[in-house]
Amino acid sequence: MTMLRTMRRDLFLYLLVLPGLLFFLIFKYVPMWGVLISFQNYSPYLGLWHSEWVGFAHFDRLFSNPDFFLLLRNTLAINALNLIFFFPLPIMLSLTMNEIRTRWFKGAVQSVIYLPHFLSWVVIAGISLIMLSESEGIVNGLIAAAGGERIDFLTNPRYFWGVLTVQSIWKEVGWGTVIFLAAIAGVDVQLYEAAKLDGAGKLRQIWHVTLPAIRNVIIILLILRIGHMMDVGFEQVYLMMNGTVSEVAEVFDTYVYRAGILQGQFSFSTAVGLFKSVVGLVLVVIANRLSKKFGEEGLY
Amino acid sequence: MIQDKSWGSRLFDGVNIALLALVGLVTVLPFVHVLAGSFTTTAELARKQLVLIPTEFSFDAYRYIFSTSTVIRSIGVSVFITVAGTLFSMLLTVLMAFGLSKKTLRGRQTIMFLVVFTMLFNGGLIPSFIVVKSLGLIDSYGALIIPSAMSAFNLIIMRNFFQNLPEGLEESAKIDGAGYWSILFRIVIPLSMPAIATISLFYAVNYWNTYFQAVMYINDAAKWPVQVILRQIVILAGALTADTTGWAAEDVLPPAQSIKMAVIVVATVPILIVYPFLQKHFAKGALLGSIKG
Repeated sequence: MTMLRTMRRDLFLYLLVLPGLLFFLIFKYVPMWGVLISFQNYSPYLGLWHSEWVGFAHFDRLFSNPDFFLLLRNTLAINALNLIFFFPLPIMLSLTMNEIRTRWFKGAVQSVIYLPHFLSWVVIAGISLIMLSESEGIVNGLIAAAGGERIDFLTNPRYFWGVLTVQSIWKEVGWGTVIFLAAIAGVDVQLYEAAKLDGAGKLRQIWHVTLPAIRNVIIILLILRIGHMMDVGFEQVYLMMNGTVSEVAEVFDTYVYRAGILQGQFSFSTAVGLFKSVVGLVLVVIANRLSKKFGEEGLY
Repeated sequence: MIQDKSWGSRLFDGVNIALLALVGLVTVLPFVHVLAGSFTTTAELARKQLVLIPTEFSFDAYRYIFSTSTVIRSIGVSVFITVAGTLFSMLLTVLMAFGLSKKTLRGRQTIMFLVVFTMLFNGGLIPSFIVVKSLGLIDSYGALIIPSAMSAFNLIIMRNFFQNLPEGLEESAKIDGAGYWSILFRIVIPLSMPAIATISLFYAVNYWNTYFQAVMYINDAAKWPVQVILRQIVILAGALTADTTGWAAEDVLPPAQSIKMAVIVVATVPILIVYPFLQKHFAKGALLGSIKG
């Protein structure tokens, strides 16, 4: 009786939640269920109910394909570079920014470095192409003016991963500081006063007060980052890719798009995508376990 | 800080300021280069590559891209999906967040879990494509709006904001006999304008930047948003289609580099216009509580 009454009282709230819930069910959960087609020879005409089941055939095909190792290598390499060179930068940058006392200067720098986050990858790729072009680009113009050899940044496979890493840093490093600056702002000022009384200089204050205070945020972001080790920003790679660099540029996401949407191999490419998502989920779980084992709070 | 003016501390401040100035400069110079280049004449661009302030102004690149209907039409498409999409997204997000902010709602934790889980696992590209296709959205503007209408992240921020509003106001309204509907529109929404503005702008920027959705779902070139056209011109170096009206044959074409730069500027300006409003809110730490779902 009471349950019925609470249900009726909440009916209105359920109605408010419903449209959003439907969105998540239709566009997030139906596709999760749709991964079943990776165990089928899915045909759009027969649909999920009538297509032929083939077990793990598509996964066998993926793992025995020499392309698989290429995809894995490229995906992991791009992410590893990102983890090594990108991840620490926002932390260092926010520590630097936190020490600035001149408010207008700090505000100006923040305004400038947050901006690229809001630009599309098409704009970023366009600017990169213009600047890095071998014959017309400003970067090569400067290299040539300094007496150096022009470098084929865009078409030489050797530079591709480096170009992506620099792009990511340029676009996202500023935005990455937002969360750390907010965490640093929450540090108790008395801790700094106490450290100063104990004779700690600026650097030791950062090491002993600021860093420990934001450690938890760093760890949460690290877990999330590790969970995305199999994802490479599709748009970024797709836009920067060209025929001469495809050997180092093809990653799981671009491969799924080509095999699935362009060539119509729905089941096979879904298998590739599912493999990627499952590995990502497993990585999050492992990273979370590890962080708890070392006495940290973890993501959940 | 008055007592702390030792040599070491001054050096420390100096190094920090120099470092940040450098970071800011590296961020801003590419924009200046592109902006200046878009106003430059062929002669000047050929003579010197590092153009930061053009000495010979020319609007040819802009005259050229606006003489074709391709760019103008794509801007129209982008404006439409940005405005319609943001309204649709905010409607869904605000209603759902308000419902989920009420702690008495049964099943609230389950629904929140369903939402958060989508941040960790997804069905992938192809199953999503099949869903959009079977809903008959291919080649419709709906395909650029509906499948990306909500972000779990924005929903959580919104819900957290609603939850942190003082409860007393709602209670007294309830005593006065107000229902949830009038509480939402008379109390909660007016009090949440900063959060609503921020999240609207997040959604709007996202819609304006829509690229991949259009590549996947829109085959009809007349319905392409500006980002797709931008890629055609800048990255594939494709010429604008021959529907040129205002560009007489005897006129010399502006330099290809300038045209590319001008298209980039056109696609970026709307972001620059909303950016100050956006920036006012997001740095306030409202986002911090939300990274842990």
